Amino acid sequence: MQMNRRDFLRASGAGLVGSSLVALGFSPTAAHAETRNFKLARTTEARSICPYCSVSCGVVIYTLGDKAKNVKSSIVHIEGDPDHPVNRGTLCPKGAGVMDMIQSPNRVKRPQVREPGSNEWKTISWDDALNRVAKHMKADRDANLIKTIEKDGKSITVNRWNTSAFLISSASSNEAGYLSVKVARGLGMVALDTQARI
Amino acid sequence: MASLQSQDVVARSATTTATPQARSAVPQVAKLIDESKCIGCKACQVACMNWNDLRDDVGNNVGVYDNPADLTANSWTVMKFYEVEPKQGNLEWLIRKDGCMHCEDPGCLKACPSPGAIVKRANGIVDFMSENCIGCGYCVKGCPFDVPRISAKDNKAYKCTLCSDRVAVGLEPACVKTCPTGAIGFGTKDDMVAYGEKRVGELKERGFQNAGLYNPQGVGGTHVMYVMKHADQPELEGLPKDPTISPMVSVWKGIAKPLAVAGMIGAVVAGFFHYMKVGPVEEKNDEKENA
Repeated sequence: MQMNRRDFLRASGAGLVGSSLVALGFSPTAAHAETRNFKLARTTEARSICPYCSVSCGVVIYTLGDKAKNVKSSIVHIEGDPDHPVNRGTLCPKGAGVMDMIQSPNRVKRPQVREPGSNEWKTISWDDALNRVAKHMKADRDANLIKTIEKDGKSITVNRWNTSAFLISSASSNEAGYLSVKVARGLGMVALDTQARI
Repeated sequence: MASLQSQDVVARSATTTATPQARSAVPQVAKLIDESKCIGCKACQVACMNWNDLRDDVGNNVGVYDNPADLTANSWTVMKFYEVEPKQGNLEWLIRKDGCMHCEDPGCLKACPSPGAIVKRANGIVDFMSENCIGCGYCVKGCPFDVPRISAKDNKAYKCTLCSDRVAVGLEPACVKTCPTGAIGFGTKDDMVAYGEKRVGELKERGFQNAGLYNPQGVGGTHVMYVMKHADQPELEGLPKDPTISPMVSVWKGIAKPLAVAGMIGAVVAGFFHYMKVGPVEEKNDEKENA
């Protein structure tokens, strides 16, 4: 295209006016104004209990996907459970940020043991851990169970196991708490406690 | 999905065509922050970051509990702590949840030069549409509460959305849901004003004679309101007593803009008639070789 200097200046001027008008609001651009998509729409919901303190607030855990066979689910969001009587949907700053604790690379996911005299933690399986606890408990109970006491010249059966104590979960419901007490009392334990008193 | 098809938008920035006004029966929503119930735990800050998938940089301790020290492009709400003496010798610790007030007459929207970058929804929420944001920062200047922040990463403005994505499906904002003391409430604007007035009455009975509801009329009222113990002195906690949109914004957007357009059109018209009447300036020497 042939263009002399004068034509070039004219074309430039027309372009400048046009772009200025667009900038002043004569632009034909459509306004987009949708909200962000609701990010929990088809996530899988699971109810759980906040693992931090003994108040044990109810939480709803939202995971990626609908549990289909080929999906590896992963926690994408956590918020308070509005149907839980303890917190009715609210969460404190720690609880509100509990997802980051669950996804933390430092989170302990397997039982660990520090042997007597050792200075390091060793990862063991759940079976090993439960067996180990059971063996310790049995050895202590066999050695120290008080079967009878003498009172008023009579021998009374008491079956007291005074050398171990049982710390019951603060997050238990009534039913789970009842079962925990039954197990501990059935073994003869006297000292029971829960942290559920704050 | 895109566009104004939903008709849920009632005002747009820098737009000359009319915005849909049909949905007049949409319930007006509001958030009520009862400062007398707030313990400054910052659960709202955490819930906000979680819902909006934001993670701010780890900052520095500035000597007080404020963390981060101010709103940022990644912290859309921040607890501000004020040690003040409303009466001489009577130290009080006031805590305010800072964030967007969602004005009925938003200064940011008025100041914004980019079409559709700031919208006001039919339910009262003022929302930033990032795809249209040009990062000029006029919204920061236009805001009477100094709320929007420009991100250094993408040069776009960010602020609280009042969880417009949650409210759109009938949920409360994330900060409201999490608040352990019930200091943040959510409902229709009428209900929140009524509840706020009730709380103000209770505070007055307990000796806070100047308790009041912060719902400033200078910006047409707000969709985020505070119950304050000292509503006569909102400056105690960094809020303007009678916030209004800066007169510069009204002059610039109200008078200067049509004048500038008229001036530009006038220049074009004058140029055209000058060309027709007087004709081009002939520079004969120039044309000889080129033509």
